[in-house]
Amino acid sequence: MTALLETKGLTARYGDFQALFGVDLRLDAGETVAIIGANGAGKTTLMRSIAGVLANGPGEVLFDGQPIGALPAAQVMARGIAMVPEGRKLFPSLSVEENLLMGAYGRKVEGPWRLDTVYDLFPVLKERRNNPGTALSGGQQQMVAIGRALMSNPRVLLCDEISLGLAPVVIRDIYAAFPQIRAAGASIVIVEQDIGQALKVADRVSCMMEGRVTLTGRPAELSREDIHAAYFGVHA
Amino acid sequence: MIWVDTIVQGVLLGGLYALFAAGLSLVFGVMRLVNLAHGDLIVLGAFLILVIVSALGLNPFLAALVALPVMFCLGWGLQFVVLNRTLGDDILPPLLVTFGLSIVIQNALLEGFSADSRRISVGGLEAASVSLGPIAVGVMPLLTFLSAVAVIIALNALFYRTALGRAFRATSDDPVTAGLMGVDPKRLFATATGIAMIVVTIAALYLGTRSNFDPTIGPARLIYAFEAVIIGGLGSFWGTLAGGVIIGVAQTMGAAINPEWQILSGHVAFLLVLLFRPRGLFPRAND
Ligand SMILES: Nc1ncnc2c1ncn2[C@@H]1O[C@H](COP(=O)(O)OP(=O)(O)OP(=O)(O)O)[C@@H](O)[C@H]1O
Ligand SMILES: [Mg+2]
Repeated sequence: MTALLETKGLTARYGDFQALFGVDLRLDAGETVAIIGANGAGKTTLMRSIAGVLANGPGEVLFDGQPIGALPAAQVMARGIAMVPEGRKLFPSLSVEENLLMGAYGRKVEGPWRLDTVYDLFPVLKERRNNPGTALSGGQQQMVAIGRALMSNPRVLLCDEISLGLAPVVIRDIYAAFPQIRAAGASIVIVEQDIGQALKVADRVSCMMEGRVTLTGRPAELSREDIHAAYFGVHA
Repeated sequence: MIWVDTIVQGVLLGGLYALFAAGLSLVFGVMRLVNLAHGDLIVLGAFLILVIVSALGLNPFLAALVALPVMFCLGWGLQFVVLNRTLGDDILPPLLVTFGLSIVIQNALLEGFSADSRRISVGGLEAASVSLGPIAVGVMPLLTFLSAVAVIIALNALFYRTALGRAFRATSDDPVTAGLMGVDPKRLFATATGIAMIVVTIAALYLGTRSNFDPTIGPARLIYAFEAVIIGGLGSFWGTLAGGVIIGVAQTMGAAINPEWQILSGHVAFLLVLLFRPRGLFPRAND
C-alpha cells in the first residue's frame, strides 16, 4: 500500500547550515504519527519542508504517491495538506472568524469542516468570533489555529507544538478535540515535545535528533530507555 | 459666507487629492511598498485616456472605462515582473526601482507626446455648476469628490467584506502563513497593484479634465498624495480621504488669505497634523 504522505531521504538547509539529513517519514491514511525530539532537532524544519514553505534539498516528498517536494506552499495546501504552524501565527488584522475563513482560501472542498462545525468543536470561538484573533488567550488562539487549518478539509493535518506555552488543563482540552478530528477523516502528524502527550495520541512515534530520525515505533513497543536514548543521544 | 464657500471648495479639492492618494494607500497597505512612480502612472493614465478620446472619438468618461482594463493589466504585469523582485526586508530597493520607473515613464511620455501641455475636454462640463443652497459648486469638482467617496467606499468593501480583501490583510500581516492558507503572495500583490491602477485611472480622468498636464507633472502631484496618506494614517482608506480633505481645505483657506500661500498652507497643515498625531489620524492598530 502506498503511504498517504511519505518523505524519502529528505534534506533541508538554512544557508550553509544543514538542518535535515535524509529524513524518512511515513504516514498512512487514517493514522496519527507523532514526532518528538529536543529543541533544535529539526521537527519544525521537517514540517515546513513538507508544507512547501522551505525549499527542500535532495530527497523526496510524496503525497498519494505524487512528488510534491518542489511545489510552493499554496499548491501543497491546495492538494490537502494543512499546517498548524509553530507559534500559532494568527493574522492580527483579522477577527477570529476571518482567521478561520482564511483557512479555506486556497482550497474549497466540501467536507466535515465548515464554520459551524469548527464552532461546534471549539464553542468558545463562536462567542469570540468578532474579536481580533490576537485578543484571545493562548489556548483559544491555538484553537483558532487548528480550526483555521481544518477549514480546508485537509487530508493531512500537520500540527507543530500545539501545547507550547499552554497550561496542562488547556492542553488537555485541546487534545480532547483530536479524536473527533481523526474520526472526521484527517490523517495527522503531531510535533510534540511533551513525550507523554505524544505517546497518548499517536499510533506511531518518530524521534528526531540533530536532523535525523533516530527511532520509530508504536508507543506500546517503545521502552523508556529507547526513547531516552533516541531523544538525548545517550543511554539513561 | 465666503468662508463656507472656501471650505466647500477645499473639501472638493481634497477629493481630488484623495483620488491621487487612494491607490498609493492600497499598495502600501497590502505590501508596504512606497511607489514613487504613482504620480507618473496617473499622468500615463491621463495620456492613455487622451489617446482613446482622440482615436475613438469617445467621451472622456467612456474612454476612462476603456482604459480601466488596460491599466489593470499594466499594473498586474508591472508588479509581477518588476516590483515583486524588489520586495523584502530592505526598504531601499523598491524606492530606487520606482524612482527609476518614474523617470522612465516621464521620458517615454516626453518622447511620445512632447513637453506640450494637454487637457482632456469634457465638452462644456468644465464650466457647469450647480447650486448647493447658497453656494455654487462646479460640476467637475463635485463629480471628483463623489468619485473619491465612491472609490473609498468600494475599497473598504473590498478589503473588509470579501475573501480577496481578507487575503490582502492576511498577507500584509504575514505572507508566509498566508501561503499556508493557499495564497500565492506574488499573484496577490499583482492583483493589488492592478486594482490600484484602476483607481489611478479614475484619478487620471480628473487630473486630465480639470487642469493642464504634461509628462513631467507627476512627482508634484505625488507630494499631496503622500501627505494625504501619511496624515490619514498609513493603510486607512477613510483616513486617506480625510487627509486629502485637510490638505485641500488648508490650501483653499490659505489662498483665500493670500493667493501665494495656497501650496504652503497645505504643507503647514500636513506638518501640524503630524506634530499632534505622529501616526496620522486613523493609524492601524498593529503597525
Ligand atoms: N530560519 C533559520 N535560519 C537558520 N537556522 C535555522 C532557522 N530555523 C531553524 N534553524 C536551525 O535549524 C535547526 C532545526 O530547527 P527546528 O526549528 O527545525 O527545530 P525544532 O525541532 O522545531 O526545535 P523546537 O523544539 O525548538 O521548535 C536548529 O539548529 C535551528 O537553529
Ligand atoms: Mg519547532
